[in-house]
Amino acid sequence: MAVLEYREVTKLYGGVAALDGVDLTIEPGRIVGLLGPNGCGKSTFLKLACGLLAPTAGEIEICGGRPGQPATHAQVSFLPERMAVPVWMTAAQLVDFYQDFYGDFRRDVALQMLSDLHIDPALRVREMSKGTREKVQLILAMSRAALLYLLDEPIGGVDPATRDYILSTIIANYNPEASVIVSTHLIADVEKLLDEVVFLQNGQVILHDEVDHLRESRGMSVDALFREVFKC
Amino acid sequence: MKWQFSSDVPIYAQLIAQIQTTIVSGTWPPGERLPSVRDLAAEAGVNPNTMQRAMTELERQGLVYSQRTAGRFVTEDRARIEQARLQCAQRQIQTFLDGMEQLGYTREEIRLLVEQETKGES
Repeated sequence: MAVLEYREVTKLYGGVAALDGVDLTIEPGRIVGLLGPNGCGKSTFLKLACGLLAPTAGEIEICGGRPGQPATHAQVSFLPERMAVPVWMTAAQLVDFYQDFYGDFRRDVALQMLSDLHIDPALRVREMSKGTREKVQLILAMSRAALLYLLDEPIGGVDPATRDYILSTIIANYNPEASVIVSTHLIADVEKLLDEVVFLQNGQVILHDEVDHLRESRGMSVDALFREVFKC
Repeated sequence: MKWQFSSDVPIYAQLIAQIQTTIVSGTWPPGERLPSVRDLAAEAGVNPNTMQRAMTELERQGLVYSQRTAGRFVTEDRARIEQARLQCAQRQIQTFLDGMEQLGYTREEIRLLVEQETKGES
């Protein structure tokens, strides 16, 4: 069974289409890059998948259910682009908070990652730098044993060393039953990690293929292909 | 081992080439047990499915074999490793010759230059 299925999904904001007739299926065990220029619909795509938004038209199926329903929520781990946790909480309190909310939360994994990234569990979110906040949110999202991870630009605000750590965490966390969808502009950094890529432009899927197949058929990296396709 | 990737070649093909080098150079000796696909993927920073694909191809080439419960090992067939080493050498030489041809050297000039360059060595 597919982990994610979009059938003719359209999302209008006012009269403007953020997503326009998207058909897409993601199978289990895949790490997928969701790529495209600013405003192409990446974040809308992810918010629809986790049920934060409802489609204007079309159908979405996540792990066999509808997005946003409790049974679906329990299988989807979403890392939003913006900070979405209470800023007065400490990192340790956030770990408790997530454990209360999600049955699949792996406390030991979260604490290990906080320690690996030298984040003091007693530090309040309010007192954290922008990069540290992003790290904490990513730790919370990746510490769940979900079937679908939706990561909206998880590495944009962190230094290259942390970026490597985060990417290796995604690999170490790999589960053949689960899929990861990553939206990012840092294509060269994530390319080796991806099974397949989806190019979005003006809310439409203009390309969906395997990374190594693209490299073979086009003779260039996905990063180079992106620069060619979306040349300004 | 140190993993390096160029941008224009499929990643699984680069993984195969780098693991071949590791085996024919003896860094992974015959009969050595390999790390798990997941550990190798994490070390190289690549997708586990891509690493699996490379391993499947290396098995097909007879350079590694897997035992259902014990894991995956470098072949103990030294003749096969030697043959793979020769193929790696031939690829290196071909790359070198292509580069020299681009510089406009004839085969004879290349041979003389290599002789001069290696004189006194060994």
